Amino acid sequence: MKKINLLKKVGSFAENKDKARDIRLHEIIPALEKNEEVILDFKQVESATQSFIHALISDLIRKYGIEILDMISFKNCNETIKKIITIVVDYMQETD
Amino acid sequence: MRIHLPNSAFLGNLDPFLRSFDSSNTKKLEITANKKWISVHPIVLSMVAALGLKIDSSHIKCEDIEATSKHYLERMGLFKFLGIASGIKIREHEPAGRFIPLTQIKSSDELSNFITEMIPLLHLQPKQAEPIRYVVSELVRNVLEHSHSEHGAILSTQYYKKSNTIRIGIADTGIGIKQSINVSHHALTDLEAIRLALTPGITGTTRKEGGTEFNAGAGLFFIKSIANVNRDFFIIYSGNSMYKLLKSKPGHIRLHADPFMDRHSNEEDLPYWQGTLVGIDISLSATEEFSLLLDLIRDIYIKTVKERKKARFRRPRFI
Repeated sequence: MKKINLLKKVGSFAENKDKARDIRLHEIIPALEKNEEVILDFKQVESATQSFIHALISDLIRKYGIEILDMISFKNCNETIKKIITIVVDYMQETD
Repeated sequence: MRIHLPNSAFLGNLDPFLRSFDSSNTKKLEITANKKWISVHPIVLSMVAALGLKIDSSHIKCEDIEATSKHYLERMGLFKFLGIASGIKIREHEPAGRFIPLTQIKSSDELSNFITEMIPLLHLQPKQAEPIRYVVSELVRNVLEHSHSEHGAILSTQYYKKSNTIRIGIADTGIGIKQSINVSHHALTDLEAIRLALTPGITGTTRKEGGTEFNAGAGLFFIKSIANVNRDFFIIYSGNSMYKLLKSKPGHIRLHADPFMDRHSNEEDLPYWQGTLVGIDISLSATEEFSLLLDLIRDIYIKTVKERKKARFRRPRFI
């Protein structure tokens, strides 16, 4: 199981899309490729932008299918972050 | 080019100021100002500063500003951006609680640092900070990713005590929205390009629903929604066109995917702005819970994507 502490990497306001992409490419995807479950820990992250969450997870859904969410858990999310993640997951399920 | 700093230019009455801007002869810039008092929205300062970065200071002529508010222009850093000596002496002190002077942001990390420093400077409560940092992050990232401007984004912010409002202006001198959106779409006019850019799920980076791995086409829709829900002004000006979200009337708030369905005004024959200008007012007293706003956004966003997808369904041909 791979646990990723987002506060350390992106600070309390998760908005840097470049960092989101780096985390996806260099930490999430390698773990998933090894069939490891991934925990994205948002502890003490106060907020996030839709762009950040999109850069973090949308391509995982596009590449691996929505079933990939069975391998990813979102931990310690506050209400705002939960809602932004839900928006991104929802619209990605409506994509072609 | 010629620009006149008027007595008053805020988002509600910005149109005459924009119409007075002479965008011809892009090698020179002449700045004049109201003689008595200059009270302008940060979008005006960001606009003038952005022009200043494009032109060698030897080709910038700024008349002696007589208005007492010239100290404000100096403190906001306007003359530094123009590369001209104002001759105004002020004692600079921490800008906490009042404003963020003109700032140039050219990279992703610069933006992240700026946002971290910005919130304490504006002395905002966490609830108030949330929409403001969200707006700044998304708007400046749009500039960094889509404008291709060598000068990045020019931003300034001012707190207005009387209205308890934070006013933000962001300018770039890049390719403009039409050229950016038309990488993947076919907007015939600047206004049509602005309309597309404000529509959820439309991005210049792809025609595909859901966007690319990096862009979803949601940023501007989120920002317009924040302004709409809080009944604030929001302006976007690019090329010869401007879209202005007007303050919505009290009562039930409804978000629309099509920005032309919102209470708004627009103009198509304005002086040409090479790049994009965005201005937004965020009322600190009226700030709705951000998470409630997200519920509204989710509903309209998903509905819009579904409708667009349905519109592309193949239909059986009955003969």
